[in-house]
Amino acid sequence: MKPATLPQAFAILLRRDLTLAYRRRSEIINPLLFFVLVTAMFPLGVGADPALLRDIGPGIIWVAALLAALLSLETVFRSDFDDGSLEQLLLSPHPLSVLMIAKVLAHWLVTGLPLLIVAPLLSILLHLSDDAMHTLLITLALGTPVLSLVGAIGVALTVGLRKGGTILSILVMPLYVPVLIFAASAVANSDAGLPVNAHLSLLAALLVLATSLSPAATAASLRISMS
Amino acid sequence: MLHFFHKLASPKHFYRISGNWIPWLGLACFGFTLAGLYEGLLVAPTDYQQGDSYRIMFIHVPAAWMSLFIYMVMAGAGVIGLVWRIKLAEIMAISSAHIGASFTFLALITGSIWGKPMWGAWWVWDARLTSELILLFLYLGVIALYNAVEDSRTAARATSILALVGVVNIPIIHFSVEWWNTLHQGPTVTKFGAPSIDIHMLIPLLLMAVAFKLFYVMVLLMRARVEVLQRERNTGWVQELVSDYE
Repeated sequence: MKPATLPQAFAILLRRDLTLAYRRRSEIINPLLFFVLVTAMFPLGVGADPALLRDIGPGIIWVAALLAALLSLETVFRSDFDDGSLEQLLLSPHPLSVLMIAKVLAHWLVTGLPLLIVAPLLSILLHLSDDAMHTLLITLALGTPVLSLVGAIGVALTVGLRKGGTILSILVMPLYVPVLIFAASAVANSDAGLPVNAHLSLLAALLVLATSLSPAATAASLRISMS
Repeated sequence: MLHFFHKLASPKHFYRISGNWIPWLGLACFGFTLAGLYEGLLVAPTDYQQGDSYRIMFIHVPAAWMSLFIYMVMAGAGVIGLVWRIKLAEIMAISSAHIGASFTFLALITGSIWGKPMWGAWWVWDARLTSELILLFLYLGVIALYNAVEDSRTAARATSILALVGVVNIPIIHFSVEWWNTLHQGPTVTKFGAPSIDIHMLIPLLLMAVAFKLFYVMVLLMRARVEVLQRERNTGWVQELVSDYE
């Protein structure tokens, strides 16, 4: 049998991860439910004044998205680590960093993209304007892949640990600060009718930077964790 | 020269040589601290706006400089450890993490003590304070990861990668936070052209900065020596060393 070429290996890995995720649908649904629930808790906590909710809404939605991303991060490598397929992946002749892109892409399609689908619902709950809702969708589309890419480094570093979960959030949360700042302030600006192009360009720049650097870091971390 | 550095990288020789350096570093650090405190507390003039409370800057500013400097040293040592697999570089990287976290904490505490009379609040979400806080979190992440991984060599390499990721992120975090909000007074020493700080205030500041650097090197060597002993506890020279003390 002929060995798979790199694009084939990429596609196979992507399809495998998506199939696995489809078979365990609750893993997709749970972070999504968490996202909605956390957002819904805020009006109960701070009061239902529409003006107040409009002010803090962008921040709430983005912090909730960040927490939901953190919650789902462990699934990137956890089951592969448990059943040993991660070691098989390390033995593959293809560059590990490219295969990492496939893993992260699959993870984002399963956990990041659904956030985009429920986000309009949440922006209605928090009385955001239509403009703000559009900006929110764009920031989520640009920002959540960064969360997955950067988070993958953290997961790769902690995958072999027994209590990786809490450490993972300590490692990754500070690295999420720029995304949170640019994304939330973009949404807040567009709610106030201000231009948001600069914020969106910077978010896109972060995405480009994360896409080019983080797969290599993830691959290196994984090799260290599995050694 | 090269031979000297090569020898220094071996744990055994490092242990012996650094032991000779520590007293001298301690003495120099003590001297600079005394001189810096004298200049800073007695010679430097009172600020026309901030009164005497600005004098905490002679601790605060060097501590803040150190916090960033040590992170760079840690990442640099981490890279050396990752690329050339030099044990001592790994030890330096992880020993730096604790000291760096302490300096960051000191900078935050002194900043907050200064902020109370100046801004009227213990904590303000100012850009530089916030990035210093995030720097502290980055340090704590490195320490937490190091403690969580059982094998110390794997732990050192994992933390080196984390430190590297942090180094790429620090400028991004800094500028994003800067843009987000700023209240802090602008840089007064590194501005282009003549520094806007009085020369009698600059001298103690630089003296204290040197004292802090010396202190860092001294504590780094002390921590590294302990770490070396722990890691090499099964080798002949450590056994011999310990049996000498018994």
